[in-house]
Amino acid sequence: MTDDDLGLTYAYFLGCITPNRYPGIEAATKRIFKEFGIETKEMVGASCCPAPGVFGSFDMHTWLPVAARNLSIAEEMGLEIYVTCNGCYGSLQEADHLLKEHPKLKERTNKVLNEFGREYKGTTKVNHSIVILHDIIGLDKLKERITKPMNDVNVAVHYGCHFLKPREVRGHGSSETPYILEDLVKVTGAKEVEYKDKLMCCGAGGGNRTADTVQSLEWTRQKLVNAIMAGCDCMVHPCAFCHLQLDRGQAEMNKAFGTNFNFPILYATQFLGLAMGLSQTECGLDIQTTTMPEKLLK
Amino acid sequence: MGTLYEDIVAYGGEVFGEEHMETLRECVQCGKCTGGCPSGRNTALRTRKLFQMALLDLREEIFNAPELWFCSTCFTCYERCPKGVKTTDIIRIIRNLAAKEGHMSVPHRMIGVYVLKTGHAVPIGPDQMKLREAVGLESQPPTTQHPKNKEQLEQVRTIFRTTNYDAMIDFDWETMNLRGMKKGGKK
Ligand code: SF4
Ligand code: SF4
Repeated sequence: MTDDDLGLTYAYFLGCITPNRYPGIEAATKRIFKEFGIETKEMVGASCCPAPGVFGSFDMHTWLPVAARNLSIAEEMGLEIYVTCNGCYGSLQEADHLLKEHPKLKERTNKVLNEFGREYKGTTKVNHSIVILHDIIGLDKLKERITKPMNDVNVAVHYGCHFLKPREVRGHGSSETPYILEDLVKVTGAKEVEYKDKLMCCGAGGGNRTADTVQSLEWTRQKLVNAIMAGCDCMVHPCAFCHLQLDRGQAEMNKAFGTNFNFPILYATQFLGLAMGLSQTECGLDIQTTTMPEKLLK
Repeated sequence: MGTLYEDIVAYGGEVFGEEHMETLRECVQCGKCTGGCPSGRNTALRTRKLFQMALLDLREEIFNAPELWFCSTCFTCYERCPKGVKTTDIIRIIRNLAAKEGHMSVPHRMIGVYVLKTGHAVPIGPDQMKLREAVGLESQPPTTQHPKNKEQLEQVRTIFRTTNYDAMIDFDWETMNLRGMKKGGKK
């Protein structure tokens, strides 16, 4: 066992967008975790989290048991969960929080789950992959593994919303002055660049993308313009759903607005993966809409 | 059916607790929510106005306004409200009440169809299976959409049946799709 072997195992809640649209996020995350002795066990039979802003907006009483059912799968495995999407984080952590706070709600929810012999007990924990990177693996260990420093790269950090907010559920401190992603970017030698409305939403959540896709892309366009104006080379974020809006959204907005965007979008583990010497193919960065400049690949 | 405020407290209270929903009454119309709202820059959504309308019981006006659905649930207003109004949760509950009364667009109802069919709001297709192989992963993840996990998928369907979500979106179990749609995408 090397010094870097943490000997940990997590249940991976895949969700929808990561495995079904951006498998590069899944591959890069698993590869990095494995490097540090973190084993991934997929949650067999898990479903959509379900999307918090979407199903939470239509019927909380359907949203909650679906989320609780997913949590019960990890409970059966006896493992803590990790996720690679703020939507999954949003749903599973919020559901876990509500069910722990309100015993009556737990009872009501378990009545639904009992119909097929499941039970939510409240024995797992929902972790975000970037928190595992930052707090469990840690910046020192990460730094030792950087073989391709991103020295001259300017990065726009994008948090997405449900990683930080609501604070009372997420527990990562201030939602206006966060630091986790900034630290992860800086550990690669890259420069984290302040840009206008850095904490602004990508526009996709809450069913907004589905309600009016072009309107939602206008939020995304503003976000990208702000990052480009600040001299950023790429955007690094922790959310598969944001990735869809920020990456595929560029093709959609080029069509809708007649623009010509090709601004590189990377999930945190894809960015770290490149800095740790993984190829862009191993990180799935050559099978998405936006393309990676030489600067990020050398 | 009570006033909109009463319904928000009663329905939202079941999930978040009544006190959480009752914060709506604390709104002093300062407009800080609207000031930081990314939607308000681009759409007709005015969070401050929405809450005043809710307190004035303007149910139909709220339910029929397209901008009710232009909140991304970013929680910026939730964190910034100086009076502790649980803004984003109140908006979600207003939407729940609107959806129960049939105000739900076809694209929004279709998300439910995908979940009822596969367990996923964004299911996999053959092209994406190839993408998975390209990065060295199994072509299909072991989730509810995997043919091996039919029983698990059935559990998700049971939830939707138990809570009457299928009826709410007018889902037809025969065709596994939405039943005949009326004009404007409303039921
Ligand atoms: S910020 Fe709070 S108190 Fe001010 S208008 Fe919005 S909801 Fe009301
Ligand atoms: S949660 Fe909704 S209403 Fe509040 S700031 Fe975000 S988009 Fe605006």
